[in-house]
Amino acid sequence: MVSGFSRILNYRDLFYMITMREIKIKYKQSVMGFLWALLMPILIITSGVLVKLAFAKLSGSPFSMREVASVSVKSIPWAFFISSIRFSTNSLTSNFSLVTKINFPKIIFPVSAVVSQFVDFLIASTFLMVILFARGYGLGIEALFSVVLIMILVIQSMAIGILLSAANLFFRDVKYIVEVIVTFAIFFTPVFYEVKLFEKWQGVLLMNPVAPVLEGLNGCLVMGVIPYGWWILYSGVFAVVSLVVAVVLFEKIEPMFAEYI
Amino acid sequence: MSNVAIAFNAVSKKFRKGQMFDSLRDLVPALAKLAFIGQCERSLGKNEFWVLKDICFEVARGESLGIIGHNGAGKSTMLKHLNGIMKPTKGTIEVNGKLSALIEVGAGFHPDLTGRENIFLNGTILGMSRAEIRRKFDEIVAFSDLEEFIDTPVKRYSSGMYARLGFSVAVHLDPDILVVDEVLSVGDYVFQNKGLEKMRSIRDGGATVLFVSHNVKAVSSLCSRALLLDHGLLVMDGPTQEVINCYYEKNAVESANDPKKEIVITGVYITREHAPQVSFLEGSTVLLEIELLGKKQCDNLSVSLGLADDNQYRVFDTSSQRLTGKSFSINKDEKKKFVFELQLNLGPGSYHYVAYVYCYETQKTYDMSSVKTLFIESERDARGAANLFPKLLEGG
Repeated sequence: MVSGFSRILNYRDLFYMITMREIKIKYKQSVMGFLWALLMPILIITSGVLVKLAFAKLSGSPFSMREVASVSVKSIPWAFFISSIRFSTNSLTSNFSLVTKINFPKIIFPVSAVVSQFVDFLIASTFLMVILFARGYGLGIEALFSVVLIMILVIQSMAIGILLSAANLFFRDVKYIVEVIVTFAIFFTPVFYEVKLFEKWQGVLLMNPVAPVLEGLNGCLVMGVIPYGWWILYSGVFAVVSLVVAVVLFEKIEPMFAEYI
Repeated sequence: MSNVAIAFNAVSKKFRKGQMFDSLRDLVPALAKLAFIGQCERSLGKNEFWVLKDICFEVARGESLGIIGHNGAGKSTMLKHLNGIMKPTKGTIEVNGKLSALIEVGAGFHPDLTGRENIFLNGTILGMSRAEIRRKFDEIVAFSDLEEFIDTPVKRYSSGMYARLGFSVAVHLDPDILVVDEVLSVGDYVFQNKGLEKMRSIRDGGATVLFVSHNVKAVSSLCSRALLLDHGLLVMDGPTQEVINCYYEKNAVESANDPKKEIVITGVYITREHAPQVSFLEGSTVLLEIELLGKKQCDNLSVSLGLADDNQYRVFDTSSQRLTGKSFSINKDEKKKFVFELQLNLGPGSYHYVAYVYCYETQKTYDMSSVKTLFIESERDARGAANLFPKLLEGG
């Protein structure tokens, strides 16, 4: 684990170059440039708002700006999470010739895939924060807690990305399975709804380690409280433990990559 | 530090043939099978084979070593073990010093990035730091001759330019141990020589060089010692010229035993005054003897011979049919001998000759001898393949 990260440190220039390559390629050829980073979040937010509107119509309760804000603060991290997983799953197999021919820590690929997605996330969330501040949200001291929550989300993305990238190297159908799960996971995660709707069953939904993070973000940025403290702790512990497991496992099976890819 | 740069101690590597379980869909039934039958690590299963078997050798610091062998002999696998991408099934490998492996030219190049960006990307992939690349950047660009195009995306490069850029980065690595696999085969003739020259200067700078190539001539000009690999076995380890001869002879022996052959060339040698010789004075008259053995009855044949210089340029060829206007036939188990008289009006240097049995009508080559080498000596200092026997009569 420690040796894994010190290896990355030794290769930090390479890590930097690979990450820059991912970022540059994405923005180089596109007319939209950095608007790309906004496209996916805007789509998710719009569909979230539509779902919320439908809820409001059905239940007869009023639809407020607060609903739009809470969908937004959950959608952008969610977009980051799923695109990280998508990109990192393919990161080893799409660098076939480097994996089979050059010796360096291959963990750089899934990690840099997550980092390059994080750049998109930063662009989108800067826009969102400006809008939220203008509307008077996220001005309390508890808003700072969102940094911790985002860190938990990044660690989770890396852990899952590292594991799936290696799994996809050995079994090429992993990426199809991931694609299906990622598409439908939004319904099992409180992005368009709040877990409290499910009352005594909300614990089941919160066992999804991303759920406490999203609920926490909604809490500290929109509601002005930090809810589900224990669940957030669970989520953080899950993130760290899974990252340790992922890195150790990855290092263990790395020598087999060139042969089995 | 020890004086040994690389040591292979009884290294063996097992590979699998055929399709592996590379999807979960295949894995589940396979695991079920495994649980009932089990598997043994040491022995070979029916789909397994040794790609390297008990390879032992040492390379001293500053030595240059060539590795030759057929496709599939295990050369590239050996290099992958050297740079740590693969781990041996058995045995150990010791590497002392910073090793750079040029296994692929332009590793990690991205078509949408410019030459400049790709130099940095490729350089860091090969193990340089960004500061180091910044320092050597101008040198790298100058070596590649691509100054004008350095800010053009490499997708607009020709394949030769692409290879030149990749190779230029690679030769500026400054390693203790340089491992080169066939990368010289890219680029045009001029660039290949430039690359070879650069590798020579890396070697002369004290680095250990391991060079894998099908270009036997490049190996012999760069390395004093060579290994011959065949089907995963280390067949020979010795001075480059001897290993190369052994490599050619081995090919000849294998081809003579090939049961599909209709005619076999059993011997080719040049004699002078009834004794086989390899070194001749310019202008000597020699006899070139070619012996054949028919395995089947064949008609309309001719025996051809060709002579090439060190750059594989064919300086001379002829055939029995072209000299006499007649073809010949051979019966099963019949032996035939052809003797050509040649006058060696060649410039000083080494030449490579080959004999083959050919049918002009069907354009079929029945058998080709191994390539043999002869040396021409001269007291004059004249260069080139043709010998005009120059004398300076006036001036000077």
